[in-house]
Amino acid sequence: MNTDVQRDDFRARTRQAVLAAVQGLVLALVMPPVTVLCLAFTVMSLELLPLGLGLFLVPPVLGAVRRYARARRELAAEWGGVVIPVVYRPVPPGAGPWTHTVTLLRDPQTWRDLLWLLTDMTAGTVTALLPAVLLFFPVQGFLVAAGLWRAYVHGPGDTYWYAFVPVTGQATALLAAVLAAVLLVVAHRFTPSLLTAHFRLTRAVLGGGRGDLTERVRVLTETRRDAVDTSAAELRRIERDLHDGAQARLVAMGMDLGTIEMLVERDPAAAKELIARARRNSAEALEELRDLVRGIHPPVLAERGLGDAVRALALRLPLPAEVSVELSGRAEAPVESAAYFAVNEVLTNAVKHSGADRVWIDVHHTDGRLRLTVTDNGRGGAAARAGSGLAGVERRLGTFDGVLAVSSPAGGPTMVTMEIPCVLSWPKTSSCCATGWCGC
Amino acid sequence: MRVVLAEDLFLLRDGLVRMLTAYGFEIAAAVESGPELAKALEELTPDVAVVDVRLPPTHTDEGLQCALAARRTRPGLPVLVLSQHVEQLYARELLADGNGAIGYLLKDRVFDAEQFVDAVRRVAAGGTAMDPQVIQQLLSRRSAEDRPLARLTPREREVLELMAQGRSNAGIAAQLVVTERAVAKHTSNIFAKLGLEVSDDDNRRVLAVLAYLDQDR
Repeated sequence: MNTDVQRDDFRARTRQAVLAAVQGLVLALVMPPVTVLCLAFTVMSLELLPLGLGLFLVPPVLGAVRRYARARRELAAEWGGVVIPVVYRPVPPGAGPWTHTVTLLRDPQTWRDLLWLLTDMTAGTVTALLPAVLLFFPVQGFLVAAGLWRAYVHGPGDTYWYAFVPVTGQATALLAAVLAAVLLVVAHRFTPSLLTAHFRLTRAVLGGGRGDLTERVRVLTETRRDAVDTSAAELRRIERDLHDGAQARLVAMGMDLGTIEMLVERDPAAAKELIARARRNSAEALEELRDLVRGIHPPVLAERGLGDAVRALALRLPLPAEVSVELSGRAEAPVESAAYFAVNEVLTNAVKHSGADRVWIDVHHTDGRLRLTVTDNGRGGAAARAGSGLAGVERRLGTFDGVLAVSSPAGGPTMVTMEIPCVLSWPKTSSCCATGWCGC
Repeated sequence: MRVVLAEDLFLLRDGLVRMLTAYGFEIAAAVESGPELAKALEELTPDVAVVDVRLPPTHTDEGLQCALAARRTRPGLPVLVLSQHVEQLYARELLADGNGAIGYLLKDRVFDAEQFVDAVRRVAAGGTAMDPQVIQQLLSRRSAEDRPLARLTPREREVLELMAQGRSNAGIAAQLVVTERAVAKHTSNIFAKLGLEVSDDDNRRVLAVLAYLDQDR
């Protein structure tokens, strides 16, 4: 049993070592020509700047360099698990060649890109090649010991150097095999780390000095833009709803009241009819306002907090829902609201698309995170694709550093988990209970 | 009949006082906050309380909590809760003690003074007044896969809805423009189809129907 595990472990490590060597080889063979081309074109376009021609060459060339750097970042993430942040300054949309070029040249990352091209050509290639060399060199050592030495050593006094081992005959050839074995053991252990070292080097040059912070700034900028966009869109929707709904109905009511005033003595029957209509209009205006309020900030959420708001939501679903809530207090209002609407959207999705006949909602708070889980027994296959409702939820949660994960194999079940970091505070108790007479 | 009224918006409070006085109610107190309501309910022993869910100082569900608390100390104290929105969750809490004498209506219902006053009287007499929206929520949730409910005729469904709102046979008959005997026949059919025990007591009957509609599947 134990040896089985060890054997599996050994195999996995061997696979990794070979894979790393091959990947390194690919990097070392394929990338240098591209890097050299990029560097050459960049230098050329920069030299043409004083002639003015460079203004039209620099943007496309640097664009290509950035695409190349982006591809290498993706490789680093995919092959080495090394994440290198992308931190280019945005070029204003519709900028002319002059502004475009100036923006590019003033971006420190542009110069880091160029430095990286230089490093990648040299140190980068060497570090990429190392794993392959380390893995394949021992093979040669074994071949030498197996008899290949005869091809190198043609007579007495003739010496073939395998690393630092002078091979002069079968005995020294076996010594080469011993060195090869040692090297192989080292390679077996360290090849993947060597490849990672290559990616780390890439990150050190390409990622800039404050990679984490820059990445954070990028995320914050993005989520802030999303938040502003979302709230602007919400305000527009509210404005439109009020304008076409309640406002229009109140105008109609005012008009009807005017007519009623005129008709009340001359034609009481007609006046009565109009009164009924005005009353209907006022009821419908109220109904529309109620729906609108529910969309802005649901009253139950304001009155009871997230737990009961989710319970009330579950009671409005057309299918049975099991709700479990474990909250020791209330989160801040914006977080509560975001969490509520996220659950609402996920539930709406489940009801509309999953074909489920049951849902489970779990709300709890542990380790400083509010975790919301919605599970349904539908057909599965849900994903947070661009433009989907789930992607919208993910974007809105992003404002709060929240995340969303979907597990939805074909055939179901679908489980959507959302997490928002937040602290809970104790709720205000209603003052009727504070008086104590009621015994609650 | 003595009423304690709790509503924080002056215009609405004033309107309600005017309306209830016009229909012959005596306003024992018209208050605007939770603590005042708690005090009024304790000291004035009204025949019925008309309470807005949301009251100062917290502007959460203060009114509802006060009403529930008062009914814990004085079971069956008639309370009619008014709100800008109705939630099945709150209806469930109000009905939970099984004592009846509960009303839960949208504020819009005061548009129809006759029906509103009828609801206040019904609650004061130990009956029930549930908002049509609550009943519709309950029904739409259940009807999807509820076989007994699916067996009801459209007319029986109408009767069931009105009955769940707390209307008496006479009230239902007037609303649907049929005879009281016809309503009684529908009612016994409904009870047979839903497998509920028939009761002569109107209030028990309403509570049984509400409990049936609100049971968890």
